[in-house]
Amino acid sequence: MEEKIITCINCPMGCRMTVSMENGEVRSVTGNTCKRGETYAKQECTMPLRMVTAVVPVDGSPMPLSVKTEKPIPKASIHDCMRALADVHPSLPIREKDVVLADVCGTGVNIIATRNLG
Amino acid sequence: MSEILHKQLVIIGGGPAGLAAAIAAWEDGIRNMVVLEREDTAGGILRQCIHNGFGLHRFGEELTGPEYAQRDIDRAAELGIPVQCSTTVLSLSRERQITCISPEFGLQVIEAEAVILAMGCRERPRGALGTPGTRCAGIYTAGTAQKFVNLEGLMPGKRVVILGSGDIGLIMARRMTLQGAKVLACVELMPYSSGLNRNIVQCLQDYDIPLYLSHTVTRIEGRDRLTGVEVSQVGPDRKVIPGTQMHFDCDTLLLSVGLIPENELSRGAGVELSPVTSGAEVDDSFETSIPGIYACGNVLHVHDLVDYVSEESFRAGHAAARRIQGSQRKEDLTVKVRDGSGVRGTVPQILKLRKDSEESVRLMFRPAAVYKNMACVVECGGEVLMRKRAMIFTPGEMAVMDLKPDMVRKINGDLLVRMEEA
Amino acid sequence: MQDIIIVGAGVTGCALARVLSRYEASVKVLDEGADLAEGASKANSGIVHAGYDAVPGTMKARMNVEGARMYPELCRELGVPYRMNGAMVVAFSETDRKTLEELLEQGIRNGVHGLRILEKDEMFALEKQLNPEAVCALYVPESGITSPYEMTFALADHAAVNGVVFQMNTHVRSVKYQEGLWHLETSQGPETCRILVNCSGGDSGRLHGEMGGTREVEIIHRRGQYYLLDRPEVLPFDHTMFQCPTVMGKGVLVAPTVHGNVLLGPTAEDIDDRLNTETTQEGLDRILKACRLTWPGVQVRTAVTNFSGIRAHEKQGDFIIGPVDGAEHAWEAVGMESPGLSAAPAVGEYLGAMLAEAEGLTKKAEWKKPIPLPRPFHEMSTEERREAVEKDPLNGRLICRCEVVTEAEIRAAIRRPVGATTVDGVKRRTRAGMGRCQGGFCSPRVVEILSEELGVPMTDIRKDSPDSWLLCGDIREALKGEARA
Repeated sequence: MEEKIITCINCPMGCRMTVSMENGEVRSVTGNTCKRGETYAKQECTMPLRMVTAVVPVDGSPMPLSVKTEKPIPKASIHDCMRALADVHPSLPIREKDVVLADVCGTGVNIIATRNLG
Repeated sequence: MSEILHKQLVIIGGGPAGLAAAIAAWEDGIRNMVVLEREDTAGGILRQCIHNGFGLHRFGEELTGPEYAQRDIDRAAELGIPVQCSTTVLSLSRERQITCISPEFGLQVIEAEAVILAMGCRERPRGALGTPGTRCAGIYTAGTAQKFVNLEGLMPGKRVVILGSGDIGLIMARRMTLQGAKVLACVELMPYSSGLNRNIVQCLQDYDIPLYLSHTVTRIEGRDRLTGVEVSQVGPDRKVIPGTQMHFDCDTLLLSVGLIPENELSRGAGVELSPVTSGAEVDDSFETSIPGIYACGNVLHVHDLVDYVSEESFRAGHAAARRIQGSQRKEDLTVKVRDGSGVRGTVPQILKLRKDSEESVRLMFRPAAVYKNMACVVECGGEVLMRKRAMIFTPGEMAVMDLKPDMVRKINGDLLVRMEEA
Repeated sequence: MQDIIIVGAGVTGCALARVLSRYEASVKVLDEGADLAEGASKANSGIVHAGYDAVPGTMKARMNVEGARMYPELCRELGVPYRMNGAMVVAFSETDRKTLEELLEQGIRNGVHGLRILEKDEMFALEKQLNPEAVCALYVPESGITSPYEMTFALADHAAVNGVVFQMNTHVRSVKYQEGLWHLETSQGPETCRILVNCSGGDSGRLHGEMGGTREVEIIHRRGQYYLLDRPEVLPFDHTMFQCPTVMGKGVLVAPTVHGNVLLGPTAEDIDDRLNTETTQEGLDRILKACRLTWPGVQVRTAVTNFSGIRAHEKQGDFIIGPVDGAEHAWEAVGMESPGLSAAPAVGEYLGAMLAEAEGLTKKAEWKKPIPLPRPFHEMSTEERREAVEKDPLNGRLICRCEVVTEAEIRAAIRRPVGATTVDGVKRRTRAGMGRCQGGFCSPRVVEILSEELGVPMTDIRKDSPDSWLLCGDIREALKGEARA
C-alpha cells in the first residue's frame, strides 16, 4: 500500500487529498470535499496529463510561434516534448491550428500553432 | 488648429475589453466608431499569454491567450469594425475630446459622443516595493519577462527567483523552466497565494519549485547583473522577522506583485477613481462620473478571468450604444453600493435603477482574506436581498453576486455587501 | 597619442573637456563607467546651491557661487533643464535659528544675493505642507534645480562637437610619467598623452597618488541614499527644503526635481567601497524619518525608486583644483563632493584657463556652438506635437507611456554626439523608463531600438556596464542548454 498526497486543482478550496494506491491502482481517496476531487485524484495518480504550451523560433520572423499540444499529454513526456520542439523549424506562413510537430514523442498528440504568423 | 474628427464612439484599447465593447456596440447599430490600439496588432496582453485556460466560461473550451484574442479580432474584422493600431492616446478631456498619435495618421483630435476606457492594467514595479539593494540588471516584472520570452523569443535569465505568487508569476515559473531556465523559488509575502490552485500544482509542484509563503525578498545583490537575493520570513503583520534570512544565488528576479489599472488618461479627464480598485467609479451601465465616458475590463478593476472581462465589456458596449442612440432610460432611483466587512472594491459602486427593471445586476468584489464556509450577503436597509454561501472565498478569485430582477426591484436605498458566518 | 587625457567623465571632467575643446589640442576623456556621469554625477540631489554654506575663502565657496551664477545661461545654451525655484533652510528650534543666522552671514560673505530670514507667516504662506512646528527659515532665492546627468551629457556633447573623444568602460589602472609623456595602463590597453588631468571622483585619491602628487589627499566615500517619488499632481513643495546642515553634509532635503518628481534624501554614511551604491533598509528608514520633520505628510507609497550616490569627500573638506604638486603636466580637480554640481561650470573655466595658460595652449579659430537639443515631446503643445509627427512619423510611435517619449527621441538620443549605448543611457537622455512603470512596458522596445541603431543583436544590449546583461540567448539555445550559465 502506497499513499500519495495531492492538492485538488478544481476550485480555490484546494483540498489536500490522500490517495491510497496498490499495484498502480487507486484503492481509496480521502480528504476531498466533492466528487470532482476524487475523479481528479484518480486521474492524477494513475495517468497525470498536462497541456503543454510553448514558443518556437521561426526563421524569417522576429516573433516566435506560440504552439500547444492539441490534447493533454502524459506529464512524464513534458520534457521530451520540449526537447523535440527545440529541433522544430516551422516555415512561414503559418495559420492557427497548423500542425507544427505530429505525434510528439509517440504520444499520438500533435503540436499545433495557436496563432497566425506571416 | 487642424480639423477635428467626429466619432460616435471611441474605444481606447484593443485588448479583450475594447474588442468586446466594440463588438457589442456595433451589433447595436453603432457604425461611426474606432478602436484605438497602441500596439501594432490588437489582442492586448493575451498575445503574450500563450498558456491555455482562457475561455472556459465564454466558449466552453480552454483556449490559449492568442486563440482567445483571435476570436474577437476575427469577429471585429468580420463586422468591419475599424481597429486603428500603433496609435497611442495622449489625452482625454472631460468633453470627450481625444488626442492621439500614430506614425500613419500623425496627430489626430477626435470628438466622441461616447468613450469607452479599455486600457487594461500594468504591473507594480520594484520601486513600489521599496526593496533596498543594488539597481543591477536582471530584475523584471513577470509580464516583461513574458514578453521577452513569448513575443521576442529571448531568455531574460537562467537562474530565477520569483517574488509574488499571482498567476502571472506562477505561469512564468513554468514558462522559464520549460524553456530551460532553473527556477529556484517562488516567494509570497502573504500566508496564501493569490494564484489558482491549478497553477500552483501545474506550474510549481510539477517542477519541484518551492513556494515560500509569508516570505519576501529583503535584499537585492549584484553590481552589474543580479547575483543573488536574500529572502526573509515575515510575521502576521507582514514585517520581516530578523534572523530568518535565506540566500539564493540567482541571476534573475521576476516580480509578480500586483496589477494596477492604467488610469492615467482617466485621471487626466477628471474621472472619479476608487481608492480601493484604483479604477473608475462606475454605475451599473459602466458609466464613470463623467457622462459618456465608460470603463470596462482591467482598467476598471483587475480581473482574474478574461471571460469576465469580455462579459463586462459587452455590457459596457451596449450601454454606450444606448446612450448614443438616445435610448437610455431615466432612472427612478440612484443608490450606492458599499463594501462591508470582508469585502473589498465592489464594482459597480453606483446603481441607477428603474422601478420596472427587468435586468439583473452583477456585483463583483474581492474578498479581503480567505474565508471558509462563510456567506456573502447583499443587504439593503438591513434587509437581506441575497445571500450566497460558499466553501471558500479567496482574494485570488473575484466573487460575483448576480442580483436577479426581482431582487433589483426591491432595492430602495444603499446596498451593503459583506461577509458573514454561514 | 593625445595632447590631453582627462580621467573621469562626470560633470567636472565634462565641463573641463568642453572648456578645453576651445583650444588647439587633442583631448580624450576616459571613464571606467559605461556612460558619462556614472558616478556621483548621476546620483545626487540635482540642486544648484546658491553658496551660503561653504566656509568663506575656500575653493568650495568661490566655485559654488561662480558656478551657480553660470547655470541659467549655460542651461539655456545647452538645452538643459534648470529652474531657480529658491530654497529654504528650516529651523525647528531656537538653536537652529542661530545656525541660520550664521549661514546668513556666511552666505553674505560668500557673495550670495537675496538671503533673509523668513518668519512663520511668510514661511507658511510660501510652503503650506511644511511642518507647523517649524520656527523660521533662511530664504535662498538664488537656489536652483537641474538635472545633473543631463548637464553632463550636454557638456560632453558640446565638447565632442568640438573634437573631444570620449571613451567609456576604460579603467585607468596605472600611470607613469616618462620622457615627457604620460603613459597610462588601462583596461582597454595603453594610452599616452602630454597632459594628464584627474577628475576621477571617487577614484581621484588613488590616481593622485599614481600621478606622484606629494600633497596628501584622502578621499572618503560618503554614500547618500534617496527616495524618488512619482510626479504628484501638485508638488508638495515648490522650494528646495533643507534642514540645518550637520558635519556630514547639508542635511536631509525634500525637493522638487526639474521633471516634477519629489526627491527625499540624502543620508550620509562613510563607506569603504567607492562603488557600493546599494541602498539599505536602515538608510531608507532614516530618510523617511528625517523627512517627516520637514514634511509630516510624507508618504513613500508613491516611490518610483530608491537609489544612492557616493560623494568623494576629501578629508580636509575643500575642493583641490589646480596643478598636481610634485608632478609635471599633471592637473586635478579632486574632492568634488557637494557643491560639485553647482561648481562644475566654474571649475571647468577656472581649471581650463589655468591649464591652457600654463601648458601654452592656443585658442581655435572656430569653436562650434552646441547642437541644440529638440524640445522634449512631453513638453510640446498639441500643435507642436502635430508638427513633430508630421516631420518624423517615428514621433508618432510612443515608446514610454509614463514619461511620453517617442521612438524618434530614443533614436535621436542614441545618435547624439556622445550617444546612448545602453538602456540606462537611453533612460537618462530621454527619460524612457524613468516613470512609474520603471521600464516595464518600454524596456523591451528600447532594447530592440538600441540593437537596431548599434547594429548588434538584442542579447548584446546592456543595462549599463559590460556585465549587466539583460538577455542570455534565444529560446532555442536555451532549450538546447547552450545558453549562458
